[in-house]
Amino acid sequence: MASPGASRGASAATAAAASPRPPQGRSSRRDKYSVLLPTYNERENLPLIVWLLVKSFSESSINYEIIIIDDGSPDGTREVAEQLEKIYGPDRIVSRRRHSFLCGGTAYIHGIKHATGNYVIIMDADLSHHPKFIPEFIRKQKEGNFDIVSGTRYKGNGGVYGWDLKRKIISRGANFITQILLRPGASDLTGSFRLYRKEVLQKLIEKCVSKGYVFQMEMIVRARQLNYTIGEVPISFVDRVYGESKLGGNEIVSFLKGLLTLFATT
Amino acid sequence: MTKLTQWLWGLALLGSAWAALTMGALGLELPFPCQEVLWPLPAYLLVSAGCYALGTVGYRVATFHDCEDAARELQSQILEARADLARRGLRF
Repeated sequence: MASPGASRGASAATAAAASPRPPQGRSSRRDKYSVLLPTYNERENLPLIVWLLVKSFSESSINYEIIIIDDGSPDGTREVAEQLEKIYGPDRIVSRRRHSFLCGGTAYIHGIKHATGNYVIIMDADLSHHPKFIPEFIRKQKEGNFDIVSGTRYKGNGGVYGWDLKRKIISRGANFITQILLRPGASDLTGSFRLYRKEVLQKLIEKCVSKGYVFQMEMIVRARQLNYTIGEVPISFVDRVYGESKLGGNEIVSFLKGLLTLFATT
Repeated sequence: MTKLTQWLWGLALLGSAWAALTMGALGLELPFPCQEVLWPLPAYLLVSAGCYALGTVGYRVATFHDCEDAARELQSQILEARADLARRGLRF
């Protein structure tokens, strides 16, 4: 059983079991942060996001590892991941693949098995989330001893780049309905840029049943049910993908279905 | 109790209170001005809620922060990253 923080040279192949720790502020020298990056066809963006992560962590002297979980991308993402592992070392980059494309929590279930850190950060690999916010997440977490820190686009100086009026209306409208119906205590429920204590993430993944957007919402709702504390940090979301994939009727319908399911069952 | 049941309970409570008062079921004879206000109250509240929703969403859309700087910073960092990674031997 690898103890968190102590195993810089730990082989990536050892499955690290979660060792429970008391939720008190502790010296950051013993904290290690595992970033879970599920990827699908991110051959172009993967090296860039990894470079930005390495830069942010090194500049703040934070102990970290990056776990890349590729969903069998046909564009060669896996090869790029392996090159990055060689460049930065296997104690910093762990690259794994899954053999089928499944949504929602299953990438995290797979990734968390290989995480040797005591905190886990989830984020998108398409450069919409910027690693420069991670030290702020960490600071916020220490400040309030939170179980979860969630990046929010809707509060403080959080915001978005690359969205037209229609997209903004849909986003704010959906968030408004969500706040009214679920009263979740967090301002950005569909966001996927978050920091979790590892044992909290494991517990929540076990309980969640939905996929996609709704999975992220369900995580926060379940966290509230289990009385976990949630802190928020404003982030900027740079959407370079929106131009190619407009928010279609299908996505809106499945979002509403998921929202109503959560409304009726939690 | 799920959120849905909370809502149903709340609506049932308020709904029955309103019905009881307007139908005079409790034997209370309310003065006419009170009844005049009470009778259309649900419709009035619904319309107010709708206006509040539209106003709030409209305000939030108008004040939705556009991160121009973040996009520019990202662009320049991408160039820096590609150069550095090429130097370290990454074959794109």
